[in-house]
Amino acid sequence: MAHSYAPGLRVAPRTVVRKRRILPIPGQVLVNQGQAVTAATVIAQADLPGKVHTVNVVNLLGIVPDEIRRYMLKHEGDAVRAGEPLAENRPFIKWFQTRVPAPITGTVESVSEVTGQVFLREPPKPLALSAYLDGLVVETFPGQGASVETTCSLVQGIFGIGGEAAGTIAVGVANPEEALVAERITDAHRHTILIGGSFIDREGLARAQQVGVSAIVIGGIRDLDLRALIGRDLGVAITGTEQVGLTLIITEGFGRITMAKRTFDLLASMVGRRASCSGATQIRAGVIRPEVIIPLTPPPLPPPRRGEGEGGGAEGGVRGATGVEGQAVGGGLKVGDQIRIIREPYFGRICSVAALPADLQLLPTESKVRVLEAELEGGRRVLVPRANVELLES
Amino acid sequence: MTGSTKLTTGAEMATILATDCGSTTTKAILIEKVGGEYRQTFRGEAPTTVEAPVEDVTRGVLNAIQEVEELSGRTLLEGEKILTPSEGRRGADLYVSTSSAGGGLQMMVAGVVMAMTAESAQRCALGAGAIVMDVLASNDGRAGHEKIERIRHLRPDMILLSGGTDGGTISHVVEMAEYIRAADPKPRLGGGYMLPVIFAGNRDAGGQIQEILGDRTALVITDNIRPVLERENLSPARQMIHDLFLEHVMAQAPGYGTLIGWTGAPIMPTPAAVGLIMEKAARQQGLNLLGVDIGGATTDVFSVVDGQFTRTVSANLGMSYSVSNVLAEAGLTQIQRWLPVLLDEQDVRNRIKNKMIRPTTIPQTQEDLALEQAVAREALRLALDQHKVLAVGLKGIQQERTISDAFEQREGGKSLIDLYRIDLIIGSGGILSHAPRRVQAMLMLIDAYQPLGLTRLAVDSIFMMPHLGVLSKVNERAATEVFLKDCLIPLGSCLAAEGSGKSGEPCFTYTIRFADGRHEKGALRFGELRRLELPPGAEAELEAEPSRGFNLGAGDGRAVAVKATGGAVGLILDARGRPLRLPEDPSGRAAQLRAWAKAVDLYPG
Repeated sequence: MAHSYAPGLRVAPRTVVRKRRILPIPGQVLVNQGQAVTAATVIAQADLPGKVHTVNVVNLLGIVPDEIRRYMLKHEGDAVRAGEPLAENRPFIKWFQTRVPAPITGTVESVSEVTGQVFLREPPKPLALSAYLDGLVVETFPGQGASVETTCSLVQGIFGIGGEAAGTIAVGVANPEEALVAERITDAHRHTILIGGSFIDREGLARAQQVGVSAIVIGGIRDLDLRALIGRDLGVAITGTEQVGLTLIITEGFGRITMAKRTFDLLASMVGRRASCSGATQIRAGVIRPEVIIPLTPPPLPPPRRGEGEGGGAEGGVRGATGVEGQAVGGGLKVGDQIRIIREPYFGRICSVAALPADLQLLPTESKVRVLEAELEGGRRVLVPRANVELLES
Repeated sequence: MTGSTKLTTGAEMATILATDCGSTTTKAILIEKVGGEYRQTFRGEAPTTVEAPVEDVTRGVLNAIQEVEELSGRTLLEGEKILTPSEGRRGADLYVSTSSAGGGLQMMVAGVVMAMTAESAQRCALGAGAIVMDVLASNDGRAGHEKIERIRHLRPDMILLSGGTDGGTISHVVEMAEYIRAADPKPRLGGGYMLPVIFAGNRDAGGQIQEILGDRTALVITDNIRPVLERENLSPARQMIHDLFLEHVMAQAPGYGTLIGWTGAPIMPTPAAVGLIMEKAARQQGLNLLGVDIGGATTDVFSVVDGQFTRTVSANLGMSYSVSNVLAEAGLTQIQRWLPVLLDEQDVRNRIKNKMIRPTTIPQTQEDLALEQAVAREALRLALDQHKVLAVGLKGIQQERTISDAFEQREGGKSLIDLYRIDLIIGSGGILSHAPRRVQAMLMLIDAYQPLGLTRLAVDSIFMMPHLGVLSKVNERAATEVFLKDCLIPLGSCLAAEGSGKSGEPCFTYTIRFADGRHEKGALRFGELRRLELPPGAEAELEAEPSRGFNLGAGDGRAVAVKATGGAVGLILDARGRPLRLPEDPSGRAAQLRAWAKAVDLYPG
């Protein structure tokens, strides 16, 4: 039987993944080369500069900007508490005195004699960068982060929602054709990475959110249900920062589409194993696909808790997997290759290449393109543009 | 800057090689002198190699050139070097390139008053070929800390700061500079250099700006883009953007250091080059034109009206990566209204999302093609709406305008895009250039733009406008010759009436006199669409008289006499009315669309 392979997407039973985990700003690295880490281990931390607030002191005191320093009670570098006076005027009658309180707790960053503005900065926010994977630190980058490597099974999806998550692999369906319905999702699936089959609807997603499922891996979803999940029409496929209570990874596409058997079989063989996943997707230059990473030799672990391991990744410091021993398909299509058709009118069908005509062929749209002849189940042969198929490995 | 390639003077050039490094594909074209005139002869393409694992743009360039070599039989490379100048069947006299790889040029602009200096700054950055990530102004409705947060989170390639007329008040523009300093923004490509900031505001504020931003950013100060309220002076700042694009942005992109050394003219951002060739062609032909390039991720709109060039970019309107955003912005019903066969919401949504996640697939069925073309109509329409907002008021660089114009602009300005005055619409991008039937491209443009009176339409054959734009800086003759002969495919002309009526009421009568002496008379009723043969290169005298309540360009009910130009489609007579209204009832609407499709032979069968 065939298994899915979209160009650039990987489904590997055993491979090595190395993740470069980098802080968005310089900070402190907390691990050493050779150290074993879990997904939740904080490997680096940094202080994100606090938000800046402005206070137009001259307007509030009715003075001119070049006089501002005479009225300031706090100066550059001084700490202030919210409500504490920053500046005040000195009228003859004290009753008319105006004080300008600090709107936040922080420090005075600058005082402008041109505009009369005072800039206050909130205290820095600590940022913890987790390892994301159970594995070994293979390289450290002083002040920046580290690379974590693991021998694992890897499944990349076509599209996802939500950030990094960790959990135990569980399966909610009997086969890849079956839909993951709400009734199949139980409290036992809390903190799991739950594998479905062809489809999940909005009731199923709501149930998964309610139960506290860490992530759903599914063949297909309807766009209307996605809109209900994230609360808006998704315009551009740049995702990963959604806060919807779970991570969603779609392996095949939009609609009801049977999960590729190889993907399903691989994930189903990992039930009970701890895994990491991310829904982050970027479909344009610098492509990022969602992924499930299942370490094959995990070190002893604490009980998984959703939410651990997030932080640095959301700041964009995470780089894509490198060093994956991808089962990339070399060369082009051959007669007999298993393929999936990825566009109407045969969208989602798994079939084999029956012929590869060399000449351009006319489609019903009248476009002349390179095509292949595909043999559908039952022996029917159809012409399909080569651009509209994905190669499956047999 | 000029690269190491020796420039041959325009008169001596016989062979020109040009590339455009796009975000996914690098396209190379060869231009040769054939019988005393310049023609585009061969083209090749290869994947762009800016990203891992190659991370060297020159690899994709060499691969694309290699394909040109194979097709043309001309030796252009010696190892990994472009052979210049040409000698017999070897080498080229000039090599030029444009680039939009790695996301193009992304800028943030800031001004004092949103409708004045901030808008001028936006026009300046867009005209220079940038994507404008945000426009900040003292009166943009955001509090100071919100502005600072926004600046901090955006990672632009550079910032253009304007504000204040020369000699005017400085405090507002200084305040904007203080916000930038407080945000301490980092450049998009790596932290190894300081973010370039161009100050093009009140010259009296230069010293203060230097004091505030000099130590935190790579600050350059240039002429005020709005030295007085009545005059816009975008040229110096635009040139500065191009210089910094090369020195800072391009220099950070992998392989560009080498590429810069190969070119005989500075590398230009792709959209800036497209704008340049349109501007030059419009000037040379004395035309008002509207151009659109609808890509996978973005849609650029260019207009040249009375010599004033305006460019806008709709960063998330496109046909593959951004296809789903067209749905999000236009709304489902706006897309469904163009479908001649009814598809339900779920189906339309899923198909559009599947195109987004698998952007390289192509329509195989008529239904799917109609859906993509429906999305294209909406993307084109939305992008033009955005363009109209910015193509307003101010006359061209260094031209005077009155104070009353300035007040008008502050209120939103009068759009320069008067469709009666647009002579030519040029469409570019796969959905238009590769439409199976040329009439499909023509109808997409007509439906989206709703031209008025007589308008010529054309499509770009193989997207060589960027190459020609950068070439025009060195050899304008070669660039414009190729633009008119090989780049543009004339579709024909469209005569459209403004107004509305009841279905079946008389709309206009017409008489066409062809060059061979034949003539043809006819009448259109409201709601009709008609296509007449008028081959490429042919012209015909067209007289038309609208009924009362309709306007063909001369006024309500007044006759027009115009010269129609032919093309691959011919002449379209459009009596569907403007604004174009489609029936509300879905099945009635679909039937109407099918009738129009049949009238112009839009689809097979």
